[in-house]
Amino acid sequence: MVQFTLPRNSKIITGKTWPKPEGATNVRKFQIYRWNPDDGKNPQVDTYFVDMDTCGPMVLDALIKIKNEIDPTLTFRRSCREGICGSCAMNIDGINTLACIYGMDEIKGDVKIYPLPHMPVVKDLIPDLTHFYAQHASIMPWLETKTQRPEKEWRQSIEDRKKLDGLYECVMCASCSTSCPSYWWNGDRYLGPAALLHAYRWLIDSRDEATGERLDELEDPFKLYRCHTIMNCAKTCPKGLNPAKAIASIKKMMVERQL
Amino acid sequence: MALMTDRKRVIGLGSAKSGTDHFWKTTITAVALLIITPMFLFSFGPLLGEPYADVQAALSRPFPAVSAALMLIVGFYHFRLGIQMVIEDYMQGLSRKIAIIVMACISYGLMAFGLVSLAQIAL
Repeated sequence: MVQFTLPRNSKIITGKTWPKPEGATNVRKFQIYRWNPDDGKNPQVDTYFVDMDTCGPMVLDALIKIKNEIDPTLTFRRSCREGICGSCAMNIDGINTLACIYGMDEIKGDVKIYPLPHMPVVKDLIPDLTHFYAQHASIMPWLETKTQRPEKEWRQSIEDRKKLDGLYECVMCASCSTSCPSYWWNGDRYLGPAALLHAYRWLIDSRDEATGERLDELEDPFKLYRCHTIMNCAKTCPKGLNPAKAIASIKKMMVERQL
Repeated sequence: MALMTDRKRVIGLGSAKSGTDHFWKTTITAVALLIITPMFLFSFGPLLGEPYADVQAALSRPFPAVSAALMLIVGFYHFRLGIQMVIEDYMQGLSRKIAIIVMACISYGLMAFGLVSLAQIAL
């Protein structure tokens, strides 16, 4: 639901400023959102100073350095550190992206890091993605067939396989969905750009035999038609994908089966 | 919070199996307005500030009268579709339903008021 102000216990306050590293000449300032569910306090923004001469180039490198050398309580998700797992999605310098592939040279001034917007926070930079994952599961992200399974494999032409390019690469980092105002206001019912991009990936798979059922499930004023082509999803996607185009294609399929 | 699975929460009441009709009608009326709006502006615009008799004479001709009528019908119908989308975006629960009904009444009411006024002037 639309909320124009934060609840009182969610208002962000200024937090701790950690000391600058001694002897460092190339120091960069990081302002990072902190919230601990156990201390009962409001979220705060802590300030850290990182010696860039001994730090890797990516934002994730700095976060790991802060955790290892300054503040071990800083909490964030990370795994592959090369843009494949989607774990380290967060809001960096006002953009939802993956910390592991976002270079600090792309940021002017202080580096401001917040969790993905408009999601419940588990701790610090970790959003609760339970509902997001359940939405993904609801679009049946697998091949549905009714014809008897072939002896070897379901065959697909090179042309049909090409239709999946720009779709299958999604790593479900949730950057797109959490950048979408429609998902902010109606995320309980609107499936969001990530789930819909995956839905389209299976809708246009030449091997899939559940196209009708998939479209039936999506034909809903909220599940699909909350998309107003705002395009934040395409702008923010760290993998360079275009969920808005996929959603427009689903809408086109909906019309095509009626006319 | 109710004790239910995440999947159950996502499914909710299931798909409404509608929405495409609203989307398609919005698209059609938007395209129609691309043609009707200039028609209306070019036929009705020059009449602003003119004496009543001149306006009456102009609106008695088919092209200005039809342009104005189409503008009222298609414009307010498109407005109703659009405002419903906005209400669904920003309101919830009972207030959402009431707002949709109220805005439908206002849209169709203004459309009827405009058409009757046009008929009174033109006929």
